[in-house]
Amino acid sequence: MNAFPESLSGALRTFPAGCSRVPYWVYTDPVIYQRELERLFYGPHWCYVGLEAEIPKPGDYKLSWVGERQVIMVRDRVMPKDRATDHGIRVVENRCAHRGVRFCQEPHGNARSFVCPYHQWTYKLNGDLAGLPFKDGVKVVTEQGECVNGGMPPDFSLQHNGLTKLRVEVLHGLVFATFSSETEPLRDYLGPHIMPWLDRIFQGPNGSRPLTLLGYNRQRIPGNWKLMMENIKDPYHPGLLHTWFVTFGLWRADQKSRMVMDERGRHAVMISRRNDGGQGPAKDSGVQTDVTQGVTSFKAHMTLNDPRLLDVVPEPWWTVSDPSQPGQTITPTVTMITLFPSLIVQQQVNSLSTRHIQPRGNGSFDFVWTHFGFADDTPEMTQRRLRQANLFGPAGFVSADDGEVIEFSQDGFAQWNSDGLGLGHTLCELGGKDPGVGQPPTEHMVTETLIRAMYDYWKKAMAL
Amino acid sequence: MTPERLQTLWLHHEIDQRNAAYAAALDDKRYADWPEFFVPDGRYRVQARENFDRGLPLALMHFESQGMMKDRVHGITQTIYHGPYHMRHVVSPARVLEVAQEDGVEVVRAQANYAVFRTKPGSVSEVFNVGRYIDEWVRDAGILKLRSRLCVYDSELILNSLIYPI
Repeated sequence: MNAFPESLSGALRTFPAGCSRVPYWVYTDPVIYQRELERLFYGPHWCYVGLEAEIPKPGDYKLSWVGERQVIMVRDRVMPKDRATDHGIRVVENRCAHRGVRFCQEPHGNARSFVCPYHQWTYKLNGDLAGLPFKDGVKVVTEQGECVNGGMPPDFSLQHNGLTKLRVEVLHGLVFATFSSETEPLRDYLGPHIMPWLDRIFQGPNGSRPLTLLGYNRQRIPGNWKLMMENIKDPYHPGLLHTWFVTFGLWRADQKSRMVMDERGRHAVMISRRNDGGQGPAKDSGVQTDVTQGVTSFKAHMTLNDPRLLDVVPEPWWTVSDPSQPGQTITPTVTMITLFPSLIVQQQVNSLSTRHIQPRGNGSFDFVWTHFGFADDTPEMTQRRLRQANLFGPAGFVSADDGEVIEFSQDGFAQWNSDGLGLGHTLCELGGKDPGVGQPPTEHMVTETLIRAMYDYWKKAMAL
Repeated sequence: MTPERLQTLWLHHEIDQRNAAYAAALDDKRYADWPEFFVPDGRYRVQARENFDRGLPLALMHFESQGMMKDRVHGITQTIYHGPYHMRHVVSPARVLEVAQEDGVEVVRAQANYAVFRTKPGSVSEVFNVGRYIDEWVRDAGILKLRSRLCVYDSELILNSLIYPI
């Protein structure tokens, strides 16, 4: 194992004490990236693969990714007697057990079974090998009599030559998978601090709320995958980088907000409440602030030509019992949930999406946005969600900025690390140097505690 | 040549001229001119082909009025932080699919393929976005204007971000 912390140039790399300074090599070293795939994405962590709503009927499947491994999320046929205990969602690796072929090429569809085109090995939807041609050889008749040519050895077992099956758990229609047998149950993995915020969005009065798929946006961002996690654990930037947030009061430093993390620092929720925007302090903040002073992205006189772009209508489920203050309620307008290592769940006013991180080497990742609504949405609400989607995604009034600054961050790390010495680090000391793991949530957004907490966990999970 | 054929030829020519002017406005960064190619309640959408083919409504850009388009122009020039880039459009000749009278208005349904190349400072040119325009043109004071332009792109991944309209 000693080989891992060393750079390609052979210099030993040590993560500095604490986690308020993150070395650039964390983002640029391919050896670190390989270790992340092994220990995080293929290790004991739950990785998001899709929404149940994407595969409504038996046989429906879609391709997805866990790290750099392509997987198939498919809805299996389930006997009526098993339906109470088996959700029927299977996740199998898209790699034939015979010759390693990535046999499924259609991004989505409906199948009775999976057949590899190369030698027609056939798999059930649950990944079991159902059969293969000439398993028992080919019978021929010669002048000497009948004989059997070839075939698999007598000890060949269908049972032991299926596809790689991942463990699957479904939470409120979100499908997670893991290659590891050691990953704890999903609800334990997410933990009691995070679960209420997932329940808030997805749990209706009669169980999980059925979702409607609105569509996908996909982008390739030339930066390390962790930078996207950091972006959604960083409440400092939105009111500075994003003009729309600060000007229209969607996210700014004078708002009531809360930074929640799980007991291990790996998952987080950034929670805030919209205000009226404008120059002054937030009406409900109770404090005078200079939040817009000197902020060049703040545009005091900016108005929209067509206000429908921000036609926010509060939804009843926004108000929930406050998990930190029993007996009281809380009504956030935005909750940004990061589930380590690869999922962001976004509620920003009426816009809802999952954002799936699919790493592509140490310097790039694909970022897939799946926008959804609820099955009981009115047509007007669906239209509103689609309009507000203009704020997000690769062309978003807000989110396009994030992809751009992530690219320029990676550029900065790479140029300083071009000598291979692994020097240089990012600084995340806003609100102190402590990661804050195990502490009560921070009740404001002038902090980088969630980023520090993620690296506190990352160092341990990576054994660095 | 019959008058009908001449008229058809002229209509194709007219649409090609409008597409060329549209592309030139964007490639020359005259973004304020872009909403003027539309009628006031015109629609402009940029949508991934997978959403279009599957009937999923989500679009990358989804504007329902000239006002929303002006808000986008303000966004790209004033509020969205991004690395600068040049665009170069190559637009195919239009295919006119239908000429219809709807409520006394002449509506021309046409499509054209496009390829947009992106060039960032200090870098090579790259294929940025490839797709087709699915258009509805109407005549406004003699000039063809877009009642709807839907850009359906084949490109499976946006190269980081798409800031300017296409």
